[in-house]
Amino acid sequence: MKLETSPVPNALNQNLRWVAGITAATLIWFAAYTHLTEFADFWLGLLGLSRSTALGEAIHFFLFDTPKVMLLLTGIVFVMGIIQTFFAPERTRALLSGKRMGIGNILAASLGIVTPFCSCSAVPLFIGFLSAGVPLGVTFSFLISAPMVNEVALALLFGMFGWKVAALYLGLGLLVAIVSGLVIGQLKMERYLEDWVKAIQARADQGYESSSMTWVERGEAGLSHIREIVAKVWPYIVAGIALGAGIHGYVPEDFMASFMGRDVWWAVPAAVALGVPMYTNAAGIIPIVEALIGKGAALGTVLAFMMSVIALSAPEMIILRKALKPQLIATFAGVVALGILMVGYVFNALL
Amino acid sequence: MKEIKVLGPGCSRCKALAEMVKQAAEQSGVAINLEKVEDMATIVGYGIMGTPGLVINGKVVHAGSLPDPKKVAAWLQEG
Repeated sequence: MKLETSPVPNALNQNLRWVAGITAATLIWFAAYTHLTEFADFWLGLLGLSRSTALGEAIHFFLFDTPKVMLLLTGIVFVMGIIQTFFAPERTRALLSGKRMGIGNILAASLGIVTPFCSCSAVPLFIGFLSAGVPLGVTFSFLISAPMVNEVALALLFGMFGWKVAALYLGLGLLVAIVSGLVIGQLKMERYLEDWVKAIQARADQGYESSSMTWVERGEAGLSHIREIVAKVWPYIVAGIALGAGIHGYVPEDFMASFMGRDVWWAVPAAVALGVPMYTNAAGIIPIVEALIGKGAALGTVLAFMMSVIALSAPEMIILRKALKPQLIATFAGVVALGILMVGYVFNALL
Repeated sequence: MKEIKVLGPGCSRCKALAEMVKQAAEQSGVAINLEKVEDMATIVGYGIMGTPGLVINGKVVHAGSLPDPKKVAAWLQEG
């Protein structure tokens, strides 16, 4: 039996349907996003509650934040899914190959935002970079930036704190990635790669080139990115916002200020140390973060905690351990932790 | 007989790809010898930078994501 190849679809027709679909989806998205308060008020009214009670306030918070965050997330994840089709890892590697330290680190950290990355692919990616002549320090800039400065974190920060905090997180995240990569490069740690990695570095051949895509295929990639990401993170978001709503409604004002406020000097290192063994994605942690800040916790302390949870995760280090000797892993964790520490203090001092 | 290798360290997408290849081969009646490669050094030796990867008769045809099932069927028909 032979499989029939599907008849060639009318390409023009297909393109038109995509344009119409995206236009409609964008209009609905904006209509929904501009009516979030009405939505929350309406359902609160149906429940017969008022925002003047703690329960009412908590439920209103939940009804307002959940659709808002989900809308933002869906929109940004779709756009990122399309952007990522232009930055296959092979392309990123070609862009970084032969770049010197400095400019290479800046480029690597920036490409980390737009290149699709999953910690399960960290080792092939790492070795793919090294074997193509990307310096170790530049490779680390990429590896630090890719998980930390991701579209989910940025979408959530934008939704909950506004563009200024999202931009600060983006800028400081890139800075940590660039500087940490530079430091690791200066330390000349190449001999702390596992032996089989060094052997592979010597024979860089067999390049795989992904094929070019049409715009419809890129759009489909955006949709499947939504399915993949949103399906994975929505329970965390709902749980996080529910917890945040509870804190919002019931924990007294300035309760957090006493031990997470900006005057508490040890709060930042404590937050970073607490974040390392913890592992969750950006989605799970940001709603809690918002509620903590609402009750007087300092932004720098909370962001340092967040960066530490996302960028220094135990599972990723276990995966990287296959390619890196413990000394290099420890250096990587130490340098990044120091960078995050400084970000926390700078944030607290400036804001 | 086509030599098929699915490259991946045992992540869920790698298993999904192996299943997809099996089904496509059954549907199209192409005889295959499917092997799952989980050793990181071997995977990286194919020059791919993302998993899962799909190798047919020694040639990497896809890497970094789950391919479209239609494409998998087409690859099996080729050559």
